[in-house]
Order: sequence, then structure tokens, then C-alpha cells
Amino acid sequence: MSEQRKAVALISGGLDSLLAARVIQDQGVHVEGINFYTGFCVEGHTHAIRKRDQGKNKRNNALWVAEQLGIKLHIVDIVEEYKDILIHPKHGYGANMNPCLDCKVFMVRKAHEWIADHGFDFIITGEVVGQRPMSQRKATMPVVSQESGAQDLLLRPLCAKNLPETRPEREGWVVREQLFDFSGRSRKPQMALAARLGFEDYAQPAGGCCFLTDEQYSIKLRDLWQARGRRDYDMDDIMLLKVGRHLRPSPRYKVIIAREEGEANFLQGYRNSFPHIRTVSHGGPLALIDGEISDADIELIARLVSRYSQGRDADEVELAYTPLAGESREIRVAPLKPHEIPKEWLI
Amino acid sequence: MVHRIDCRRLLCPMPVIRVQNAIEQLSPGNRVEAVCTDPGALNDIPAWSRINGHRVVETRAEAGEYIVVVEVAGDSTS
Repeated sequence: MSEQRKAVALISGGLDSLLAARVIQDQGVHVEGINFYTGFCVEGHTHAIRKRDQGKNKRNNALWVAEQLGIKLHIVDIVEEYKDILIHPKHGYGANMNPCLDCKVFMVRKAHEWIADHGFDFIITGEVVGQRPMSQRKATMPVVSQESGAQDLLLRPLCAKNLPETRPEREGWVVREQLFDFSGRSRKPQMALAARLGFEDYAQPAGGCCFLTDEQYSIKLRDLWQARGRRDYDMDDIMLLKVGRHLRPSPRYKVIIAREEGEANFLQGYRNSFPHIRTVSHGGPLALIDGEISDADIELIARLVSRYSQGRDADEVELAYTPLAGESREIRVAPLKPHEIPKEWLI
Repeated sequence: MVHRIDCRRLLCPMPVIRVQNAIEQLSPGNRVEAVCTDPGALNDIPAWSRINGHRVVETRAEAGEYIVVVEVAGDSTS
């Protein structure tokens, strides 16, 4: 009896990687999953933060997929290493701040290192030729194999018949004839295969599962880099860009205003890291101030924040301003009128 | 032995990753107690434990924190 081969599958939590892993399992290969956490993954975060979303299903799709497949899942934190990919993408960005091709090369390279460390034979992904405009084109599929170093140990079961034979096929670890020739943006072949394999419940994220494909998020990230004069970020930056209304009255600072109770609770966790302001006389949001401010700015910020409080139509609103070091102090201001808030402030 | 890991303010899947990395360093029978503030951890840590063969021995919520205790399985190869 021949030795059972082992493959690691890149599991995003979507349908394609679920199907790719299953068809290789069905050929008698031992499959385990690997999932990379960049910090920009959409799943769960907004649900966890926003109160109105907390009743929604908070399952992690990658874990759920692994459970459906009956495979182990290894989740790898690549937040730090990923910075270089996002800040200096060799192949540039997609429609927004998404460095999809560099990202895929990086993840396959990490998977290649992983199989070497763990005694696995090859890597599988759910990629489909023509599925995505940047990273899954006919011309870029070989780029991923080559630049990642995985070369012909990277097998894409859903479109393998459209691509040159890989080592797992050549060596007979898998049977090429039982793989697929999907191509293009249509989801119908995947949905038909899912039905045939008995999968009825699966995630279908529109536009991927990464905040970097989101236009508004990308605008906020560019603004952050421009204001700081350097392209850098940390985990708190990633998180705060997902939360609240961001307004920049000055190049020197911006104000992050909670939009609802869940966001206010989340921003509370940052009170020791940022100067902040909140309404006292009326119900209202907590706001963090990110950047350099002078005493002269505080009145304007207070007027701005009170505009988003329940005292928006009052003659005067009382707020408490807390600097990074020092005691809170009270401020009484008239809320800004809507026409006094230039559209350009809203990031 | 119970190893307590602080996952407060972390959003999923970071608590899962912390649990996974802690378990990699532990022998079978040891326990990891994760203290979290993201309620998603109540779903995700048990799901990760099930697929990797470890046993959740306790989940509880107290004072805005969510605590999940996982016992390391005999075959700790995850």
C-alpha cells in the first residue's frame, strides 16, 4: 500500500477553498487547513464591536469550514510580517488598498515553509483562473507559484485542468482527470459542485473578506498615512479604522466619534491611549482625538462632538475633555450647525 | 496545571491564536484558561478545540468577560 500523501489547504472560509480541500480529501489525501490572520479580515470584528450586530451569527467561517471538512485548522498570525506586503507591494494595489497578488504570493510562501516544517507534500488553494481581477488571472497564476517558491507543489484543484501539470498530478498523488477546469467569474460551477458534494450552507463574501478591498476603509488608511507623513500602522490603527465616524478638521489631528453604544464601549478601551471627549449634559458619543492638538482646537472639537449628541439642537452642551496626561475638565459650547461641518472633514 | 492567558481587548481570531500557541507549548492534560472580552471567543475557541481534538471543560461569562478553559488532548500535534 502506498504512503498516504499530505496536503495543506489555504482556508479562507469561503466556498472555493472548502471545495478544493474536499476534492483532494476525496482522493485519499490527508488534508489540514491553514488560515492567515492579517488583521484586515472582515469576519467577526464589526459584529463584535457594533451592538446592533451582536445578535448576528458570529461564527468564524474558516473554523466552520474546517469543521465541515473534519480537518485540523492552523491559524497563523501574520500581522507584523504583513505590513511589508501592504506598505511595499511589488505588484501594486487593486481597486483600493488591496495588494492581492503580493498577498497571495506571501500566503503561499508561508504555506510552503509550513509544509517543509511539518512534513507535508503539497499545497492546495481554491483559486480559479479568471475569478478575481488581480490575483487570479491566467497571467498571474504562475507568478504566485514561482515567487512563493512553491513552484509545482502548488495545486489548484478547481482549475487544475486549465494549468500545467503539477507534481502531485505527475507523481500520481492525485488523479488529474478527477480535478476541474473552472474559469471565469461565474459561481455556477462551484455552486453545482457544492450541491453535488452535499454542502448547502457556505459563506459567499462579496468582494472577498478583507477590509483592504473596501473603498471607505482604504480612504481612511491613506488619510492616516498622509497625516502621519509615513506609511506605517499598528494593530490599534487597523482596529480604529474599522470603528466610528472619522472627521479631520485639521491636518494635525482627526476625531473618531462612536456611532452607537457598541462602538462607544469599544473606544472606551482606548481612553488611556488618546485624549478624549464626551458629552455630559446630554446623551452622546465618546470621541477619541488622534494627533497633535492645541488648547485652541479643543473648543472646535467639543462643538463638533456635541453636534453628534442628543444635545445637537440645544443652545449649549457640556462636555468633559480628558487629555492624555492630567485631569478632565468641563467645557460648555454651542454645537456646530450642519452647514458648519465641511464635507471634506469626513474621511 | 492551568495557564491563564489574557485575551482582553483582542478580537477574534486573536484569542483563538493565543490559545493555539499556548497549547503548542503544553503537555497533555494541562489546561489553558483564556480570559476574553470578544463574545465571539465563546464560539470560536470551542470550534477550534473540537477540530483539533482538545476538550473545552468550561465556558462562562462574568462581569463583561468571557472565560473559556481548554484541556490539552493526548495527541497535542495541533
